[in-house]
Amino acid sequence: MDDVKADIEQMPKARNGEEVVIAIKGLKKSFGKKDVLRDINLEVKRGENVLILGKSGTGKSVTIQCIVGLLTPDAGSLKVFGNEVAQMSDDELKQLRMKFGFLFQSGALYDSMTIRENLEFPLTRVLRLNDQTEIDKRVEDVLESVGLLEAIDKLPSDLSGGMRKRAGLARTLIINPEIMLYDEPTTGLDPITSREISHLILEIQKKYKTSSIIITHDMECARIAADRMLIMDDGKFIAEGSFDELHQSSNKIAASFFKDIL
Amino acid sequence: MAEEITIPGWKKWLEDIGDQVAFFFKFFRNIFSGGFEWGEFIRQCYEIGYRSIMLVGVTSFIMGVVLIVQLRPTLVTFGAVSMMPQSLSISFVRELGPVIIALICAGKIASSIGAELGSMKVTEQLDAMEVSGANAVQYLAVTRILATTVMVPLLSLIGDVIGLFAGFLAINLRDSISFQLYFHKVIASLGFSDLFPAFVKTIFFGFAIGFIGCYKGFHSNKGTESVGIAANSAVVTASLWIFVIDAIAVQVTSLLFY
Ligand SMILES: Nc1ncnc2c1ncn2[C@@H]1O[C@H](COP(=O)(O)OP(=O)(O)O)[C@@H](O)[C@H]1O
Ligand SMILES: [Mg+2]
Repeated sequence: MDDVKADIEQMPKARNGEEVVIAIKGLKKSFGKKDVLRDINLEVKRGENVLILGKSGTGKSVTIQCIVGLLTPDAGSLKVFGNEVAQMSDDELKQLRMKFGFLFQSGALYDSMTIRENLEFPLTRVLRLNDQTEIDKRVEDVLESVGLLEAIDKLPSDLSGGMRKRAGLARTLIINPEIMLYDEPTTGLDPITSREISHLILEIQKKYKTSSIIITHDMECARIAADRMLIMDDGKFIAEGSFDELHQSSNKIAASFFKDIL
Repeated sequence: MAEEITIPGWKKWLEDIGDQVAFFFKFFRNIFSGGFEWGEFIRQCYEIGYRSIMLVGVTSFIMGVVLIVQLRPTLVTFGAVSMMPQSLSISFVRELGPVIIALICAGKIASSIGAELGSMKVTEQLDAMEVSGANAVQYLAVTRILATTVMVPLLSLIGDVIGLFAGFLAINLRDSISFQLYFHKVIASLGFSDLFPAFVKTIFFGFAIGFIGCYKGFHSNKGTESVGIAANSAVVTASLWIFVIDAIAVQVTSLLFY
């Protein structure tokens, strides 16, 4: 935990004096001949929920996979807590990843393990805790806070889509991440469950004091959870602002997302 | 997709070999780095060993019987019917047992490891494990590869015993031999130079089966159809490796022992 504090002290200050936790400049990534990310520039400040809107296939998932080093960018700079991700050793990358919570689109629960074992996995494998009473307590606490305590001994295959998202969320929250990355947290859920998850994202921001990037095309989620929004198209951000600012925007692509909203 | 077609086959093949070598070093680095996953290793040994024992037993039994039935007419022409135990034990223990049991294990174990890890890849479980800071190679690949490396030789030994026992029963269908005399002849015909190389070979077979299963699973694509492709190519590649290892082993053995 001490090295976390050290990192915070070294962190660059944004123009208005707030801490910048993620700073991306001129990021490019192609697969073969296909240019996916053309020029991504993004700053995420501490405690802020940044939401990225965009059609599918524009490179939203690729962007957040670059942030945690699952993919290596071709060009540009990508700094987390002031450190360039591409230059990190395996060990540094592991330390970095412990500060992230990554909610995958599918939930990505380990399907051979119960929910309890899923949640214990990062505690025993990453934090290397041994004390079973502490492990049990943390598992139960985090399940309580996502409202899934009754499913603790179930297998992922026995859960509904919404419950799986909650369980996936619990598994990322259990190591107290500083930054949350949500990849389409409400896609594939019914409107009521979607709204619950969106409110949960907001609660997590307050309770765990996380900074977040939320990828979605769910406008209700955007209205509920976003402090600031960016619209991505064809590997670039083409518009930025609050929900209301983008709602008023004359940009055609922005308008297409807001067309159903009065 | 267009560029994929223009890449020559041999270049893809070389790339694949390169990736396998890289995966091998990754496996090696992770064997003891930061704690060995004993629980998962034991669970895999049980899964791999216990779940395959029936199949290996039945196959070895049938092979023992078939070999005796096939050997008899040839040996009769040479007036060497009494050599049946020795002929069976040499051919079975040296070559047919290890190779056929390894191929069966490739079909059962390599495919199931490929499919399991491939589906974890498709459903982003491998990425999730990696991104949480846990070591997916150590937890999933090292345990499975070491489990097959231990269990395939054991399965081969069990298969040898069952095959030789089946041979005893098969001989008694047409001729008659006492249990004692049969096993006396079998054991007398097998020397260190038969048993040791055959056993060492099965260790490599076991490694190849686990390694290729894990490699194909970890390197599968993300579409739904890739699970089937991972399972299928795991069997094909592992079988190919088994023959390659066998060919190398026979050269090394004849250099060392004959
Ligand atoms: N690992 C990969 N290998 C090759 N192509 C990829 C990979 N990941 C994503 N792509 C391609 O990059 C493009 C953007 O993908 P993605 O970021 O997942 O889109 P989305 O904005 O819907 O999340 C897609 O065309 C996809 O096919
Ligand atoms: Mg996506």
